[in-house]
Amino acid sequence: MRFTKLLTIVLVGVGLLGMFGTVLADDLSGQLEIFSWWAGDEGPALQALIDIYNAQHPGVNLINATVTGGSGVNAKAVLKTRMLGGNPPDSFQVHAGQELIGTWVKADRMEDLTSLFQQEGWTDVFPAGLIKLLSTDAGIWSVPVNIHRSNVMWYISANLVQWGVQAPNTWADFLAIAPQLQAQGIIPLALATNWTANHLWESVALGVLGPEKWQDLWDGTLSFTSPEAVAVWDMFGKILQYTNDDAASLSWQQATDMVVNGKAAFNVMGDWAAGYMSTTLGLTPGVDYAWSASAGTQGVFMMLSDSFGLPKGAPDRDNAIAWLEILGSKAGSDAFNPLKGSISARTDSDLSLYNAYSQSAAHDWQNDIVAGSLAHGVVANEGFMNDFATVMEMFLTSRDPQQAANACDAIARQNGIGE
Amino acid sequence: MRSPARTESANRFSREGALAAPSLFSIQYRTHNALKEVKVRLTRDRIIAFSVLLPSLILIAVFVYGFIGQTVYISLTDWGKGAALAVNPQMHLIGFDNYKELFTSFLHGRFRQDLINAFFYTVSLVLGSLALGLFLAILLDREPRGEGIFRTIFLYPMSLSFIVTGTIWRWLLAPEGGVNVLPSFIGLPAGQFRWISSREQILTFDWQSIPAITAIVVSLVLIFLAVRTWRKGTHKRALIVAFPALLLILWAVFGQRMVPQMLPIPERHGFNLATIGVSIAAIWQFSGYTMALYLAGLRGVPVGLHEAARLDGATEIQYYMRVAFPILKPITLSAVIILAHISLKMFALIFAMAGPDNAATDHPAVLMYLTTFRGNKFALGASIAVILFLLVALFIIPYLISSYREQRRRAS
Repeated sequence: MRFTKLLTIVLVGVGLLGMFGTVLADDLSGQLEIFSWWAGDEGPALQALIDIYNAQHPGVNLINATVTGGSGVNAKAVLKTRMLGGNPPDSFQVHAGQELIGTWVKADRMEDLTSLFQQEGWTDVFPAGLIKLLSTDAGIWSVPVNIHRSNVMWYISANLVQWGVQAPNTWADFLAIAPQLQAQGIIPLALATNWTANHLWESVALGVLGPEKWQDLWDGTLSFTSPEAVAVWDMFGKILQYTNDDAASLSWQQATDMVVNGKAAFNVMGDWAAGYMSTTLGLTPGVDYAWSASAGTQGVFMMLSDSFGLPKGAPDRDNAIAWLEILGSKAGSDAFNPLKGSISARTDSDLSLYNAYSQSAAHDWQNDIVAGSLAHGVVANEGFMNDFATVMEMFLTSRDPQQAANACDAIARQNGIGE
Repeated sequence: MRSPARTESANRFSREGALAAPSLFSIQYRTHNALKEVKVRLTRDRIIAFSVLLPSLILIAVFVYGFIGQTVYISLTDWGKGAALAVNPQMHLIGFDNYKELFTSFLHGRFRQDLINAFFYTVSLVLGSLALGLFLAILLDREPRGEGIFRTIFLYPMSLSFIVTGTIWRWLLAPEGGVNVLPSFIGLPAGQFRWISSREQILTFDWQSIPAITAIVVSLVLIFLAVRTWRKGTHKRALIVAFPALLLILWAVFGQRMVPQMLPIPERHGFNLATIGVSIAAIWQFSGYTMALYLAGLRGVPVGLHEAARLDGATEIQYYMRVAFPILKPITLSAVIILAHISLKMFALIFAMAGPDNAATDHPAVLMYLTTFRGNKFALGASIAVILFLLVALFIIPYLISSYREQRRRAS
């Protein structure tokens, strides 16, 4: 009896040592904590990346810390609490651009990734316009995982034919056909809760101002109270007359549903709507639903990008760098983006993996002028975006363009836009 | 030794004054002797009792009062202008500038409307819950069949979290689906009210007229008290109370030019109709609580009183109005305090029902969360939090003082 017990203990000990030995044989060990707000529909895409990481580095225990809800507001709140408390995750999801730079880079919390970009050859593979938006004079700050387009207008071609209208090329065209649609009991433009109004506003602004003046607003060269900027609010007010009046109580998916069900004609939404329509609703792009650049923005790709950065003081720095390498690699982006419904930032991605919409978007990405989105954190910092939500609410109630322009100017100065 | 003058005034202003004055002497004399023996015994007990409480006291001192103090300190700085999230953020003491900005800058009109919203949320939650709870309690007090089941059903919503309540009612009040569809089941046209997405506002007033409105409200309350005092017979006291009421009304009507301009331009605020949906959800959640309180209170009314009232020829309504409700006054008071401070914590309900950016249903707590954690303006968010704290203290502290005095009076 005692001999059997002793034998069992020795065998188990040898077995453990053996496992230990195998683990030590891999280059990386310990754990990796990645922090994001991807769950639900985006969960499978993140899981694809995690699977690649686990295959390459089996010794690392990857902890997928997600905080869902509030389109990232909750996750960002938790992240700020952790960073201020001195407990940073190894890598966290953040919108590329001023949302990262204005909050974390300015606070000297992120490590410069220029050497990583050069080592992996990403400076050649990512478009120059994108790298410009990702960096400051002091370096490059995050690795883009995907690219989404903001200025897309969705519609059902068969319905448009039935109602006798065509997708508008400019907003003036839209204002011309909208009364026609209203007369037939159709809502010309579907709108949802507050942030979708911000999203619509940036498409209208891009259409009215054009990409150079749009960037001038954020560089501080064009004032928010200039006649062109006031004209944006004026046009936006006219367009709002043709949206549904229960917008504040709808989610963005419900606005897309209105187009699919034939209650509304158009919806301006980012290309995650394509993911929703293809995956959740089971529609075929190009056949069941169609798209065009939102009115007045043909030839401009208004981008937003989810990216991961490297905080200073990350507990497992090497594991985090390995994660970033996978994110920017061809294998990683080819695994992630088809599932997410976005396109890769790399100009050499395998386009055969994508559906009809993503192929058209990737083609535009390589050829169009790149502009940054406001509602999704590329061109303005978080302080401005937070105050802009209030300005938008104010405009939705008062519909006064001059008041909104003055308020925008005040919050831009207060939040240091263009400094 | 108590002076005769003290005893005189004690007589006039306290009910027990007449009884207490002669015996005060004797009580003091007796306890003074007893204390001498009791002191020695209590010392060791006291030490043990104090040391048992000490850990809790330390934890509360640090995690409640310490952090409240830190929030107040942060609200007096400018943390948030610049690199707010740095390892060593640059904070400079700027005094009350954040508070001044909240009340006078035109960028913070949303905050001022939130204060008005909070006022209406409190009033509607308190009045609605009390009324509905009382009504349900009276119904259940008649002891119908299945009373236990009804009690459970009415009390159940209180066990839900605000997030669940918010989500359920958000779906119920969706303008195109939800309760608006109900009339169509009986052939009437569907409801058109936009519920939470409504942007209508009624009872609008200019922010500048708040001192005048407050003066009129206070004077109305004083007039009501004066009328009641007059009816009781003390005419002189009624006039003393009515005089300042008259002054306030005169000032409100004619003296507004003397008040300094609070805002550079006129700003209209009012009652947002969108808050009705949120109030309905909150009343639904808490009327079970007030119902339980009132049911216990009604059960506590001696049975003899009800029968005596009926024998004397009182109708049921008269019984409730003249006998039961006055006995339920302490319950009403504690329910008002609890509900008032719950209404100031309605963050989760509004966040779940209307989302973070619906200005019509907004509340200072939601604004504080967004300002601090989305806009990185920590000092401004701290100021909003301190203002909320003072609003809650406005309700709780007088209640604590009066209940502490009540306990001391009972103990002596």
